[in-house]
Amino acid sequence: MADQTPIGPSHSLPTHSLDDSILLDYAAGSCSEAVSLIVASHLTLSPEARTRYAAFEDMGGAMLDAMEPAAMEGDALADCFALIDAEESGESGAPDAGDAARESGARDLAAKAVDAIAEVPTPCVPAAKPAAPGRHAIDRVPAPLRGYIGGDLESQPWRPVMRGLDELPIAIDGVATVKLLRIRGGTAMPRHTHSGTEMTLVLEGGFSDERGHFLRGDVAVTDAAVDHRPVADPGEDCYCLTVTDAPLRLTGPIGRLLNPFVRW
Amino acid sequence: MRFHAGMWTPAGSGEAGGVAAAPVPGAAATAGALNDMILAVGVARDRSAFAALFGHFAPRVKSYLLRLGCDAGAAEEIMQEVMVTVWRRAETFDPAQANASTWVFAIARNKRIDVVRRERRPELDAEDPALMPEPAAMADDAVASAQTVDRVREAIRTLPEEQRTLLRMAYYDDKPHSLIAEECGLPLGTVKSRIRLAVTRLRKILKDA
Repeated sequence: MADQTPIGPSHSLPTHSLDDSILLDYAAGSCSEAVSLIVASHLTLSPEARTRYAAFEDMGGAMLDAMEPAAMEGDALADCFALIDAEESGESGAPDAGDAARESGARDLAAKAVDAIAEVPTPCVPAAKPAAPGRHAIDRVPAPLRGYIGGDLESQPWRPVMRGLDELPIAIDGVATVKLLRIRGGTAMPRHTHSGTEMTLVLEGGFSDERGHFLRGDVAVTDAAVDHRPVADPGEDCYCLTVTDAPLRLTGPIGRLLNPFVRW
Repeated sequence: MRFHAGMWTPAGSGEAGGVAAAPVPGAAATAGALNDMILAVGVARDRSAFAALFGHFAPRVKSYLLRLGCDAGAAEEIMQEVMVTVWRRAETFDPAQANASTWVFAIARNKRIDVVRRERRPELDAEDPALMPEPAAMADDAVASAQTVDRVREAIRTLPEEQRTLLRMAYYDDKPHSLIAEECGLPLGTVKSRIRLAVTRLRKILKDA
């Protein structure tokens, strides 16, 4: 089995990137926040994935354009100008053209921080002074992930799991488990399988397993059937973001009926 | 504020604010005209350009929200928020990166996730210092996005029905591909390969055009 995917150039598809189906989910906005986090982080680090992704966003634009226009209520345009005027006169010093996604993100971040405090030791606050700038500088962390950990990779409140492996849970509501992993250079993970699909994005360093060699920006997707044993490259530590998506899966006739409703 | 009444009528939105801007003869110019309108709003806070944009997009954004299960009141409210965001962010619009419809779609999609699902939407940031730039060789591969929306729409029309159904379920029914597979009683691999076929065909059409 291992011979089928020999160690090779790290950009061959599909073993080192997310497939088109996940990019479609992200473009349509149908995937969970956890999956969106790893997709957005991967897109940041992979120009190849960004090129593929652009087609799916354009499909969204085309779908919007093809919508049958809905009837509007009253003078909707006047209402809209009234909202704009209220906003512009009310808060001239307020957030500039900034980015709506980021604004709302910040609002939710504040709300989520309250939840997070209960579960996770202050994930938003770096535990120690950042290490010397360089390899682990904060601006090496993809912006979508930076929004959740608030600092560079080194100075997080890491929790030891076993010799050579630390982890940092990231609190996101939903069925997926989201963590950062830090694997000391040269460390071999125990052989394992998972209950759902596991997506692992390399942020720094690299690792190898039965399927190949993964470097910064590469994603390894492992489904429940795969039994693998990753080994971090010798030398520098390997940092990864992992999302294990194990959706509540009801089967059978009743489950089929319920499923659309249990999803959100 | 600068008003240029009537400036944007060629885009078919003279009746902005009224009922749906019906597709207008000469719609081929629309994509480019919509881009220009967003630029005019961004650069000059041009209200007549915004009115024309509103005439085109507001009824479609509302329709999209209704299709995705919002009730009429919520759809109207979120549509208004989307259009205010269009006004506010117009100066960040870059037609080299996205066409007008794609840009507005992304705002509407994200606003719905924020307001309806109450979730964050981790989003790619084009200004991110961590962004890995494209190798020069790949630039040839990228399809110029600016004027593609009409072609994408045409291309979607030529897809086999099974592939179109799948795209509709993804964009209009808010269903991730794994759920689509389950609901259609299809193996996950079949859904994945249909998606791949659809997008491969689309890319080919866009490249050849």
